[in-house]
Amino acid sequence: MSGVRVLVGTKKGAFILTADGQRKSWSVSGPHFAGWEIFHMKGSPVDPDRIYASQTSDWFGQIIQRSSDGGKTWETPGGEQMPDPYGPPSGASNKFVYDIDPNTGVPLTTHQWYDGTQHPWEFKRVWHLEPSLTDPDTVFAGVEDAALFKSTDGATSWHELAALRSADGEKWAPGAGGLGLHTILLDPQNENRIYVAISAAGAFRTDDGGKTWKPINKGLHSQYIPDPEAEIGHCVHRIAFHPSRPDVLYMQKHWDIMRTDNAGDEWRKVSGNLPTDFGFPIDVHAHEPETIYVVPLKSDAERFPAEGKLRVYRSRTGGVDWEPLTNGLPQKNCYVNILRDAMAVDTLDECGIYFGTTGGQVYCSPDGGDNWTTIVHDLPSVFSVEVQTLP
Amino acid sequence: MLVRVVLPYHLKNLAKTDSEIQIEVDAPLTQRTLLDALEARHPVLKGTIRDHTTGQRRPLLRFFTCAQDISHDPPDTPLPNAVADGSEPFLIVGAIAGG
Repeated sequence: MSGVRVLVGTKKGAFILTADGQRKSWSVSGPHFAGWEIFHMKGSPVDPDRIYASQTSDWFGQIIQRSSDGGKTWETPGGEQMPDPYGPPSGASNKFVYDIDPNTGVPLTTHQWYDGTQHPWEFKRVWHLEPSLTDPDTVFAGVEDAALFKSTDGATSWHELAALRSADGEKWAPGAGGLGLHTILLDPQNENRIYVAISAAGAFRTDDGGKTWKPINKGLHSQYIPDPEAEIGHCVHRIAFHPSRPDVLYMQKHWDIMRTDNAGDEWRKVSGNLPTDFGFPIDVHAHEPETIYVVPLKSDAERFPAEGKLRVYRSRTGGVDWEPLTNGLPQKNCYVNILRDAMAVDTLDECGIYFGTTGGQVYCSPDGGDNWTTIVHDLPSVFSVEVQTLP
Repeated sequence: MLVRVVLPYHLKNLAKTDSEIQIEVDAPLTQRTLLDALEARHPVLKGTIRDHTTGQRRPLLRFFTCAQDISHDPPDTPLPNAVADGSEPFLIVGAIAGG
């Protein structure tokens, strides 16, 4: 019988939640990497047993974990203890080094700092891991300070796709949460096309496998930057697409829900009748490309659900017309946040929707959002949620 | 020479070792040669104590030995004889903080 495996990254470790296709009875495994921040975990689409995890710490920096058995056991690629005497140097799966000027040894470019001055790129952490659609040993990493890295050896070593930072990188500025590359979308119909999104720079696209990139922010309007319609500087929180229509993108911007039907060349606002259009995650139903989900928050100054009511909003029309989904979600005294990578969908016949909160709850709707149950309610603050649909 | 090193909780878990380990280090014994030897034996610790790019000690870690904080000593300064002869350990200490 088919089932699901939910990968939950939290402030204090990773948790793996599993259930059969009914999605009623859950098993919880974890905490894995207890005490560490797990920014993101994601499984390979071609080998569900291959999972990558971003493990970080303000004390000890970045670690990349890899599982080849569905999360039962983990390894740090290239980090195995060496015999004595030591062998040749191994890989360094946590080594993310920006391209540098070979003459000066400094990063090739700088980005804008909070005070408007220029600042060199400095690696902080991996925000998002995106396994290849075709090869379980190939994986992309979106990092802070914003850049895109790629590994083709199962995360043992990484190299930067540095051309991205040529797309006006000197104008990119960090949001309060940092200058993070948080979204990576691999086009299933065109292996050379990749979309990324960066806070607070905007969305970008390559059509040649990463050799060149261009900003795709036309139509975005952000009042918090000097030119509200500038090409760079928009605080994109998340973008999503349906695999069958990779030219149609949905975006949760800082404020505004946006949509493009031409691969980002032009966006239009589809916030419609939402009570507020500030929020972080956005996702698409697995079988209905026009059905999308957001979780509005009251405002960017008060980042919790309005009126203390946790409401997911669903549009079946690709935006504009939205309906609140509340059955099973707390409708009083709820003041959590739902972060950008903390929503996911499964691909079972009746599509399941999942999200996690900063209050440590993970919710599941096994029926496309009509009804919700709480899988777990006392985890550490949830950073990310991904779902694997298992045969 | 065989040097005693005490790792903080998360690093000894990461390296799958006891909190105190012994590392063979070639002379001269300095912070740099000790950490190089530690990372060679336990590659998973690369980047967790010293930044990959700068080689600098990570800001929330300190190095103690012989009841002294030697974190700001130049990395090529010889370590005390008591570390070299194994009577005192070299401690890698994480800041006591966090939510």
